[in-house]
Amino acid sequence: MSQLLQQKNQRLIVKLSTAIVLMFGFGFALVPLYDVFCQVTGLNGRSIVKASEQSMTIDTTRTVRLQLMTSVAPGMSWEFTPEVNYIDVHPGENKVVQFKARNLSNRLIVGQAVPSVSPGLGANYLNKTECFCFKQQQLNAGEQTTMGLVFFISGDIPKDINTLTLSYTLFDVTEQKTDSADTEHMDSEHMDSEHMDSEHMDSAHTGSGHAGSVHAGI
Amino acid sequence: MENTTLQDHSEGNSDQHNSSHHQPAKGIMRWILTTNHKDIGTLYLCFSFLMFLVGGAMAMVIRAELYQPGLQIVEPNFFNQMTTVHGLIMVFGAVMPAFTGLANWLIPMMIGAPDMALPRMNNWSFWILPMAFTILLSSLFMEGGGPNFGWTFYAPLSTTYSPDSTALFVFAIHIMGISSILGAINVVVTIINMRAPGMTYMKMPLFVWTWLITAFLLIAVMPVLAATVTMVLTDKYFGTSFFAAAGGGDPVLFQHIFWFFGHPEVYIMILPSFGIISAIIPAFSRKKLFGYSSMVYATASIAVLSFTVWAHHMFTTGMPVAAELFFMYCTMLISVPTGVKVFNWVATMWRGSLTFETPMLFAIAFIVLFTIGGFSGLMLAITPADFQYHDTYFVVAHFHYVLVTGAIFSIMAAAYYWLPKWTGHMYDERLGKIHFWCSLISVNVLFFPMHFLGLAGMPRRVPDYALQFADFNQLVSLGGFAFGLSQLIFLVVLVKCVRGGDKAPAKPWEGAEGLEWDMPSPAPYHSHTTPPEIK
Repeated sequence: MSQLLQQKNQRLIVKLSTAIVLMFGFGFALVPLYDVFCQVTGLNGRSIVKASEQSMTIDTTRTVRLQLMTSVAPGMSWEFTPEVNYIDVHPGENKVVQFKARNLSNRLIVGQAVPSVSPGLGANYLNKTECFCFKQQQLNAGEQTTMGLVFFISGDIPKDINTLTLSYTLFDVTEQKTDSADTEHMDSEHMDSEHMDSEHMDSAHTGSGHAGSVHAGI
Repeated sequence: MENTTLQDHSEGNSDQHNSSHHQPAKGIMRWILTTNHKDIGTLYLCFSFLMFLVGGAMAMVIRAELYQPGLQIVEPNFFNQMTTVHGLIMVFGAVMPAFTGLANWLIPMMIGAPDMALPRMNNWSFWILPMAFTILLSSLFMEGGGPNFGWTFYAPLSTTYSPDSTALFVFAIHIMGISSILGAINVVVTIINMRAPGMTYMKMPLFVWTWLITAFLLIAVMPVLAATVTMVLTDKYFGTSFFAAAGGGDPVLFQHIFWFFGHPEVYIMILPSFGIISAIIPAFSRKKLFGYSSMVYATASIAVLSFTVWAHHMFTTGMPVAAELFFMYCTMLISVPTGVKVFNWVATMWRGSLTFETPMLFAIAFIVLFTIGGFSGLMLAITPADFQYHDTYFVVAHFHYVLVTGAIFSIMAAAYYWLPKWTGHMYDERLGKIHFWCSLISVNVLFFPMHFLGLAGMPRRVPDYALQFADFNQLVSLGGFAFGLSQLIFLVVLVKCVRGGDKAPAKPWEGAEGLEWDMPSPAPYHSHTTPPEIK
């Protein structure tokens, strides 16, 4: 093989190898790209995971039904249920719903709830001003708690979306318990779980199953 | 010199002054140490045939279990391992190495090069393959079983719920990927730098063109597959959360990354077929190929479009209508260049003086049956219809039509077409025809009723099914057993042809074109040591 050909071959090999390394990197780059893409477009039912600003105007001409679903990751012995199966709200109106969680096991378990909204295109119109899913939940053996979600639905939600389904899946993160939840941009007062819990206890009573209108107090 | 076999040739050369590495060594070391493109091509082809039989045996297990409703022969978990490993072996062990083997044998001969550009790397890219498949197959015997999550290894099936042996699966895929990438680099460098003087790009045979484009596809997407399996590995064993919702990941992301690799992969497995068919159809029609340059451009546009259609595998994951329409139209657009190709092949046959030797029979069957697979692909591309077809036997019928009667039929056509050049003997034409007709009939009994099963709602990847599907499944299984047995005829043809038979002339096919037919049969161990003259 001539010297010249060998040099040509080597240059081409270097170029092709660079392409291969870049494509390997591209495979991993798809992960953040996908996150950004979903965040911007609200695709895939990924709802916003940080607290939203409260809304101003209430559109009483429309009613949107929010269905609530919960599931617990396999192998995690928690009971996790919404107090109501659905709630009807006007766009712009603040509402509180409660979820009950109970640790059925005999050890401390830390849980992380991951929300998903269906239809995916409606995800960006469901705004949470306060949510237990913003942070991890820690329950001792047999302990029980009520966790609250404060939300409103944007006034500009498309006319053809009349029902949103909000589904929470609770995962066991005891082993990889990190402080990552704390890095979410939140007001410190919202982080205070005792504060949240007590307030939600109140609202659960006053709301009598329909998680009433105590949002003014938050 | 003209009519000598490989052995005669090496003996004839041994008295000459050539240094020893110019002749094939004796015994097993010849094959382990070889850097000769013809030896490596042979290794690839033999290995892929072996894998074809192993993967086929797994398909027999699957069809035996599905012969009747209920569970008779295997446990559901073992059934899942069979569907998974059958898919992996057929894709990575049978079809892809067979094409690489053909590339090794034919590309240097077709472009007038003495060998592949990187012979030592060539040796490696073959010899890591048996290791990869040893690892993959050994995982079947591990505690907890082998991979059982489908060849597409969707998360969380391959992460949270996968058997402990998943690391072996991941490493096997890594090694197969490295092998493919090395092979692809070799093909690109060979074609770009080693063409004989005067062999311009637009004079290259279409098999070389399609392989060049395939090699670029491999370089673009095999690293993405490597990234995917790496993420699966770290998700399962090292606590990362690429695909785990609990840690902020997303299982749907897996499908996007996988199919970004997976759809170009589909074309990796069919583009070289287009090249083979474009060689065989003109040879037995005794006419020039109709529309050579449109074939080249069609192949290139299929390759480019293949990067814009991946999400048509995911219509039911919940996408906005705009995205579904985009992927639907892009997918349908691919049928335009594909249609150009089918048109050109048919136009080549038009008013040709056709003869129907075995390679031609397989090539014509390819055109008809691949087109059927293409049409069912168009049906699947229609987003609203796909919601019904998704994950049913309709999909199974579709991709077996394009892969078995498409890719594998073309490989068989290629084997019959070039066997005289490789072995120096004519194969047994009568047996070849028997092999063809048995395969043709059984493959349609095997796969055609699957369309109806799918439309009636039978899901894929199930070891048991509802009673109303029983009759068709019995028919499908019988077709499957017949197709499996038919391939043993092929084995007999191959063995007979390697061991002896009528002496093959340099150009056994009257209408064949290309530099490989100018050299004696069998092709000498070293060919084109001085560049040939290109007309």
